[in-house]
Parts: sequence; C-alpha cells; structure tokens
Amino acid sequence: MRTKTWVIIAAVVVLHVTLLVAGFIAPYDPAAQNRELPYAPPTRLHFRDGSAWHIRPFIYRLTMGRDGYVEDKSIPFSVHLFKNGSAYKLLGLFDTTTHLFGVDQPATVALFGTDAFGRDEFSRVLYGGQISVAAGVVATLIALLPGGILGILAGYYKAWTDQSLMAGTELFLCLPWLYFLLGVRAFLPLHLSPARTFFLLTCVIGLIGWARPARLVRGIVLSTRSRNYVLAANGFDASDLHILRYHILPDVLGVLTTQATLLVPRYIAAEVTLSFFGLGVNEPVASWGNMLSSLQQYSVLVSYAWLSAPAAAVVVTSVTYALLADMVQSRLKFSST
Amino acid sequence: MKVITRLALLVCLFARVCHGAGPLPEKPNPGEELFRAEQVSGHYGGQLTIGGRAEPKTFNPVVATDAVSREVIGRFMADLIEINRASQQTEPALAKSWKASPDGGVFMLQLRKGIRFSDGHPFDADDVLFSFAVYLDEKVDSPQRDLLIIDGKPITVTKIDRHTVRFVLPRPYAAAERLFDGIAMLPKHLLEKSYREGKFVEAWSLNTAPAGIAGLGPFRLKQSVPGDRVVLERNPYYWKADSRNQRLPYLDALTFLFVGTEDAQVMRFEAGATQMISRLSSENYTLLSRERNRSGAQLADLGPSLEYNFLLFNQNDLSTKKLDAIARKQKWFADLKFRQAVSAAIDREAIVRLVYQTRGTALWGNVPPGNKLWINANIPHPPQSLDTARRLLKSAGFSWNSAGQLLDSSGASVEFSVISSSSNTQRMKMATLIQDDLSHLGMQVQIVPLEFRALVDRVFQSFDYEASIMGLGGGDADPNPEMNVWTSQGTSHLWHLNEGQPATAWEREIDGLMQQQMITLDYTKRKQLYDRVQQMIAEELPFIFLATPNVLAAADARVGNFHPAILDPYTLWNADELYIRTPVESAGAR
Repeated sequence: MRTKTWVIIAAVVVLHVTLLVAGFIAPYDPAAQNRELPYAPPTRLHFRDGSAWHIRPFIYRLTMGRDGYVEDKSIPFSVHLFKNGSAYKLLGLFDTTTHLFGVDQPATVALFGTDAFGRDEFSRVLYGGQISVAAGVVATLIALLPGGILGILAGYYKAWTDQSLMAGTELFLCLPWLYFLLGVRAFLPLHLSPARTFFLLTCVIGLIGWARPARLVRGIVLSTRSRNYVLAANGFDASDLHILRYHILPDVLGVLTTQATLLVPRYIAAEVTLSFFGLGVNEPVASWGNMLSSLQQYSVLVSYAWLSAPAAAVVVTSVTYALLADMVQSRLKFSST
Repeated sequence: MKVITRLALLVCLFARVCHGAGPLPEKPNPGEELFRAEQVSGHYGGQLTIGGRAEPKTFNPVVATDAVSREVIGRFMADLIEINRASQQTEPALAKSWKASPDGGVFMLQLRKGIRFSDGHPFDADDVLFSFAVYLDEKVDSPQRDLLIIDGKPITVTKIDRHTVRFVLPRPYAAAERLFDGIAMLPKHLLEKSYREGKFVEAWSLNTAPAGIAGLGPFRLKQSVPGDRVVLERNPYYWKADSRNQRLPYLDALTFLFVGTEDAQVMRFEAGATQMISRLSSENYTLLSRERNRSGAQLADLGPSLEYNFLLFNQNDLSTKKLDAIARKQKWFADLKFRQAVSAAIDREAIVRLVYQTRGTALWGNVPPGNKLWINANIPHPPQSLDTARRLLKSAGFSWNSAGQLLDSSGASVEFSVISSSSNTQRMKMATLIQDDLSHLGMQVQIVPLEFRALVDRVFQSFDYEASIMGLGGGDADPNPEMNVWTSQGTSHLWHLNEGQPATAWEREIDGLMQQQMITLDYTKRKQLYDRVQQMIAEELPFIFLATPNVLAAADARVGNFHPAILDPYTLWNADELYIRTPVESAGAR
C-alpha cells in the first residue's frame, strides 16, 4: 500500500484509540468544576526557568489579577507522566486513577483552557468526542442496516416492493432533516438520563437516514441481478437467499462501506447540531455540540477563543473520515477494474 | 420687502431642518401649570436609537401585559402620580398635588391646568374618569384592574370640578399613591367611541395610524414598522420644563429598533447603530468595559437589582392531574428539612462569581439588598455547608447507598429534573452549578432547558415539572406588588397555585401579615410586619433563593443626563431629560 494510505489508516486509528482511552489521556474528570478558574486561558508549558532549561515541561499556577489571569511564578509545577488523579474506567472496563499526564495540586494544567465552570476543556474535548463520534458511528450502523436490507429487497424483487419502498425513500429524502430532527426530539420526553438521551438521539438520527443508502444499494442490486452469473444461478434454480448471500451482497458491501465513511461525519454533525441547540446530550455530560453551545453568546465568542476547540475537533474528524472515504472508494474502483 | 420675507422664511426653514425631524416644542403658556424640573438642563436636538430584544405587541396601555410594550407605551403616556425611579419616592405628574384623608381612605387630586395631549386636545377630569372607567371595566380585563380592586370592591372616582378628582378606597391602603404609577391617562376624545362600541381591546394596535394615538408622555408616535422599529417624536405640548423653563423633552426623536437578542443589542451598540442598552448581562458588561477606553461609552453598575432568582419545587396539588411520578417526589419537596438541605448545599457565592462575574449578590430572602427601604437585615446568611445538608437529610430519614446515591426512606433514589428557560444563559448556568452542588449530596439532578413559554405553561398551568429555576421582582420596591406571590390566593404563589385555603399554618400567618401591612399606613409598623414575612419565608423556604444580578446599563458617550435606576424601565424613566451632547461636551464628560 502507498504511504498516503498508511497515513490515513494511522490517522483513523489514532483518532479512535485516543477517544477510546480518553479517560487515560484526559488529566481531569470532564464534569469536575474548578470554581476558582472560570474561563482560564490554555496553560502555557514552560521549558525555561530563568536561565536554566528543563527537559521536563513545567507550568505556573494561574491566579486572578486585576486585568485577568496571571501566572504565579513563585512556584513551578512540573508536568508528570502517569500521574494519579480522578477515578475512571479505562475502556469502560478497568477501574484506575492513572492519567497520562498531570501536575500537583493546587496547580491545574488545562491545555485547551477552561470553560465557564472551570472545567478542563482538553478533557471535555476528549470525553465529548466519545459521545459525538459514538453517536455518528452508531447512527450510521442504524441507518445502513435498514437502508441496506430495504435497498436489496427493492432492487431484487422490483415491481410493487420497489415502487413502495422507493416512494418511501423519496419522502424521507425530501424532508429537511435538521428541522425534522428538531421536531422529533421535541416530541421525546423531557426527563431523560444522558444515556437514554444518547440512545434515542442516535436512533432518531440513524432511522431517518436510511433512504440514501437504500437507493444506492437498490441501484447496485438492479445492476448486479442482470449480470450473467446471477442469471446463471437463477437458471440453476438457486434460491433467492443463496443469490442474495453469494452474488449480490459482496457487491453491496463495498457501497455500504463507502457510505459508512461518508455518513459518520454527517451524523457527527447532526449530533453536534442537536446538542448545540440544547436538544441533545445535556449537562454535565460533554459532547462537542453542547460544548460549542456556549459560543452562542456573543461575549464568549469574542472573548474566549479556546472554547472553539470542539469545532476544531469536528473538523479534524470530518477531514479524517473524508480521506478514509476517498481511500475506500479508490480501492473499490481499483478492485472492480 | 418680499425678498426679506422670503429670506426670513428660508432662514426659518433652514433652522428647522438643522434642528431635526421632530416638531418644535410649544412655548409655555402663562396659564399652563408645567412641572418644573429644577435640576435638569440640556439642549434640544438629536435622536436616540435603542435596540430592543422584541417588538411591542400593542400600543394600548390598558391591555399591554409585556414589558416591551409597556416600555414603548410609557414614553408617550403619563400617569397622575409617578414613582421617581432615582429616589423611589412618589412625585407629582399629571396631578400637581394630592391630599390623603387621615385614615388614608380618600385621595383628592388636583390636576395640572392648561396641559394638553400630544394632539393638542386639552386634558381634564373627564379624561381621568374615562380612564378609570376603562381600567375597572371587567370586559376590558386590564392587568391593572387587580390593583384597583381592594377587598373585592373597586376604587370609586368622582369629578369635583374640571381639575379636581376624588378617589375613595374601599378601605385604607398603605402607600396608595403608588397605585397611580402605571395607570396611564387615556384621551377620552380618541378612545371613547371604540370603548362604547365594545372594541376597546382592539384599539391602538400596531397598525393604528399615528394620528389616532395621543398621550401625555414626552413623545408621540411618529411611525411604526412592524418587525423593525417604532419611531417616536417630541410631544410639543409636554407638561414638564427644565431649569430654564424650556419645555422638555430635549430629543427630537426616540427610535426603538428591534434586534432580537441581547447579543444583537450589544453588537449594534458597538457598531454605533444604537446609543443605549437598558439592561446588560455581566458578560456583555465586561465586554463593553474592555472597549471603554476606545469607545468612551458610559457604563453604569447600579448594584443589586430588585429581581430575585430562586429554585422552586413543585408542591402543587396534583390529585386531579395524571402526574404520579411527580406526585411521588412531592413527598421530598414538601419536607422542610429536604428544602433546607438543598439550600445549605448550594454555593451561592459561586453563582455570584461564575454567573454574574461578581456583579451580583447572593440571596437568602425574597427582598434583595437593592431594596434598602424594606430588606430585613437580620435574615441569616449561612455559607454553603454540605455537612449541615447531610445532617438534615439524615434526620429526615434519607440515607446513602454504597455508590453514594441518596435514597429516601422507601429506598428510592433521589432524582429530579430542573427546568429552566433555555434563552436565559444565566439561569442555565445556575442550574449547572446547583446540579454539581447537589451531586455531592448524592442527588441526581437533570437539567431540562425549555423554551420560555413552554416553561411558563408547565409552572402555571399543567404543573408538569419537578423543580424550576426562575426569577421574579424588578417592578416596585414596595411590598404590595409582592402580595400575589406570598399570599395563598396570589396568582404567582408559584410553589402551590390555586390553593384556595392556606395549605400550611405558616402560609396562613403570612396571609394575615401581608393583609395587615397593606392597610397599615405607618412605615415603621409596616416594616415590622414585612420583616416577619421575610423571616418566615427564609425559614420555610418555599423558594430557595439564589442570587440577584446588578443592574447594568450602557449609553453612548454623547448621551447626556444618563441616570439609570434600579427600577424598571431602568434607563428610559427620564427619557424626557436625555439629550445628545455636542462633541466638545462629550469630550469634557470623558
């Protein structure tokens, strides 16, 4: 494989592994408030103390001065690797308190600054990524499963099955999906725990997204079923299930894979949009969308640039998935020629 | 001679154009009893544009219920007696003087002679009688009507002569003269027809031609563009004059521009498109403070407002509603120790610091410190104490499981949701802080942001909520407007609406004390009664008080006589005195 392919695969792996082990990389609990440090700017890492250089970076504690935060340079705090901190479950399985890095109390290392409640933005971006990317991936799976099945049925059986299913896809495709999502979310109960909200949110996003993959799959099935090997299988009296399993599905899987890589960033954006408007996962759970919602305030938008970090994370994730989609598509073309 | 006349006309026209778009003020007539504002000086000319968050719904002062409509209407209408927003005391307005009987039951008001509505029609006692007849009419259903009905009986109004009116109250009423503030006098000659035809409620809508609307306020309606702006111009017959006996107002025109949100207000203000903001959040105030050196804007921090924000638990009677899940939780909400524990766990100082950037004050009672006349200074201010909260919960039969979750006596985990207005970022922030505070007690709190109307519907109508963060107050400093919150029959008795009879002994006592203070004329005795009410509210905690924001306002460097007050409408209460400074004057002021 070419270097570019390896770079893309590495980027995808790094992105997802980082989010999977967010608890380890994040120095703090994402919901932990530090009420002495609201809207603190990103902590500066220092390597030079007076005239001496240090290999290990250190920070200075921030204190509130007359015109904002200032570094208290009287005591340097070294940044330690594998530091003990708040308890979390690594990969959702193992209880641990070890974090990749951290500093001694009372200093705080906030690489991306803090929000209005003094919560570490870096930790929240990592934990928020878990929610947003998981919502994108799960919603994609939810969309592709019915989309794939219905597309295969429509393309294979044609006639009224095709007509009725495709009429359904037209209805879903012409829906303004954002407003539809807002409407659907408004009908769901108000009193929901963050876990149930997440589940419902992904279901809603996924279920209204089945139409596009269904149409694509139908097109592929229509084309495949008229191929000679499928006609031959028919001639030998092969069952529908056999033809679908061994002749149609392999062709469809490629399209579904490409669709998956395109839909994930789209559904991440859907989650971000809903949470941005307060209809997604609520406080104190972090998601990229609800983190960005504070930027709706003009004073926050123009004063605290570091709170845009989740937007940068959304862009990086979307670009990574776009490159992956490009790569998958070119490989599929290559294999089909 | 012709040439001279033409030249003179040209000069007059030029002067008129230079002067601005508004009509010139009429010269005071000798028989006209003007109000002389001795401390006020300024000069004519200029326009002032204010960015508003919403547009008015009506120009009819009798049916207007929203603050935006009242803010605009208040600039072209006037009352018999007004509350001076700076001194918080009553002062003569359309009534030049008044006399109360020793028992406070009869008021004799002397109207100003020779004053006219903004269309030039004279004002007299018939307009007063007509106005009160409309306000008291049940069919019109004015929000002011409740204030004019005492013990179920209306105030009676009698014309003694063309400039004297007598008001008889069904029983003595403390600070009765404050009732007249907010009762705008209507022009009988313009509104009598629609009233007789039963169409009064539809009168003076946003589509009414400006010529059909007249009032006694400093301005009159010039133009209304729905969804965009309302333009007011000088009322040339206004009844106030400045220290040099110049008829007020100074401004040629006052424009309300509807921009939607506070953020949009700030952006327009920064861009110079508007010159004043009535009420600022602390974040935007901080933002404008940073630019002050460049812009020279006048920023005012007036200290604590009269608004109080609170956490409210639903204690309504839900027996007729299908809300079993909430009804089960009401067992906790009705337990005083539970409410005391919640109150003890809340870090109010953090709310002041993080929500209001220290431009606010923590609250433990219903009267904020901005109300210096009525606050009970003896109400304790206990700091946050999780230990106290845990002790209270334990004594009320609550316990904790191994995961630290709080359980009630039946073993159910204590979980509830808090609804708050999604558009009010400050209350949403309070909710997040409270959620974190209560999580230390093992309570699981979910925050539900709701659109404001949906929130009001749940709190006032359907009762489909568990807890809510809301705010009240801001109108008058006097205790009487608070009657509808604290008496059991009150329409804003939010924790238990439609009570019928007081549900608890302490509510019965508060009912009695509030009724008693309403008919007590002596300030000291009234204060003692209201102090006791405040003490009981602080002890029984029907609301868990959180904090009050400071009143923050901003004006362009060129706006003269900018003296905002802590009472609504904050900046425009002296719109008649505002003027636009010359560049030299502005530089001097900076």
